[in-house]
Amino acid sequence: MSNKYGITSRLKLKKIQETLTTGKRLDGRGLLDTREIKIRTNVLEKAEGSAEVYMGNTRVLVGVKIGVGEPFEDTPGEGVLMCNAEFVPIASPAFEPGPPDENSIELARIVDRGLRSVGVVDFSKLDIIPGKKVYLINVDIYILNHAGNLIDASAIAAIAALRKTIKPVYEVKDGEVIATGKRVPLEVLKTPVAVTMLKIGDSLIVDPSADEEEAMETRLTVTIEDDGNICTMQKSGPEGLTLDEIRKAINIAKEKAPGIRSKIEETG
Amino acid sequence: MDGRQWNELRPIRIESGVLPNADGSAYVEMGKNKIIVGVFGPREMHPKHLAKPHTGVLKCRYHMAPFSTDPRRSPAPSRRDNEITMVMRYALEPAIFLERYPRSSVDVYAEVLEADGGTRCASITAATVALVDAGIPMKDLVVACSAGKYNGRVVLDLGDYEDKNGEADMPFAYMPQLNKVTLLQMDGILSAEELDQCMNLALEGCKKIYEAQREALKKKYGLEKVEKPQEKTAAEPQEIDEEEDDA
Repeated sequence: MSNKYGITSRLKLKKIQETLTTGKRLDGRGLLDTREIKIRTNVLEKAEGSAEVYMGNTRVLVGVKIGVGEPFEDTPGEGVLMCNAEFVPIASPAFEPGPPDENSIELARIVDRGLRSVGVVDFSKLDIIPGKKVYLINVDIYILNHAGNLIDASAIAAIAALRKTIKPVYEVKDGEVIATGKRVPLEVLKTPVAVTMLKIGDSLIVDPSADEEEAMETRLTVTIEDDGNICTMQKSGPEGLTLDEIRKAINIAKEKAPGIRSKIEETG
Repeated sequence: MDGRQWNELRPIRIESGVLPNADGSAYVEMGKNKIIVGVFGPREMHPKHLAKPHTGVLKCRYHMAPFSTDPRRSPAPSRRDNEITMVMRYALEPAIFLERYPRSSVDVYAEVLEADGGTRCASITAATVALVDAGIPMKDLVVACSAGKYNGRVVLDLGDYEDKNGEADMPFAYMPQLNKVTLLQMDGILSAEELDQCMNLALEGCKKIYEAQREALKKKYGLEKVEKPQEKTAAEPQEIDEEEDDA
């Protein structure tokens, strides 16, 4: 048991474990039942793209801002996509103001790797002056209420926001980068979906609540791309997994991903 | 890429007890990776409020030296370093009898002196040896190596070039006696079958590195046979006592 934030009582953690052995969860769900997902897009005006995702009481807001900046040294001709996550103190009594802690860094990096490893946009088309100026896509994840499964909710919000992002067009005039005032939709090529599973006792569960996360032994996030391939994995938590458990988790993720993807695609 | 077979590891060299001031230490060379790990503790927890009354706490730090990469990197910890610090802690924690050291901390510091792909795996491999060298009771050794896909082929132990230009990279850590995977990350695109091949390949690689770890420890402690399974209380798993002459 990790009790990451230490705000769930030991009695409740024990109750969660006991209930799971009967094949049920404390909130009445089955082990592999997800909560209802609601996605709203274009919720912000100043951001080039935005989405808000509700998963039960979990609420995540993502704003995409596009600017001009310098490319990474190892990929001079390619645009840059960066994810950042803020666990703002309004979201949970366990969150405190201050620089990002390891949980928010991990979350941002899982979402980031999920988007980048599948090539969610064609980065080579995002250069302005090759080697000098490229488009910078900043995906900022804002957790508004923490009721568990922040990774999956953030991944959904991030891709939903990117799919709705309008890119301002920049031009080069006399070596200067200037905004043309024109705006075109950002071309999004893939829709990766993250599925996070927890192992508590001998049970694997999906879409964990905040209390269940406190009781977890191991967590595995598997990101699935459109044609069912696996594009990112991340194991976390203080215990290990057997190979069979990993295989089982991958199968669960592959089963769950298409349903979530169609929810995202419904938003346009 | 560097003339190896697809299922061949880079040459690996492990040495334990390389830092006189640390309670335990290890140095690993894996290909061009050069990593040194120091372990301190169990010692009093600092800051004190982080101490836990019922168990010890494992503190880790993964850090890359400014000169370890080309171009130079800032010595301040990056987001990547922070993430690796975290997964490294989760990879090592299941192997340590931390509950024996309430109110204390065990500190593991990994410094990457030269990086050539797969540094987090080599760090975990070295950290395990350093923990044993420090006399920390362990349930098992943790061994790590990566597998992935390069040029359409599933390969073992990706180097820096293969990591950056390949299709997928999967760092993997494993406890051979307890048969548990303690680190699993993946980036890139793999089908479920390829992923399965990667995991099996990484498992084989880990078993070879496990031998190298044991060699390093035997060399330091001059033990002929280190394995001495002991029955603990019914609740505790079997312990492989490798640190007897240090206890």
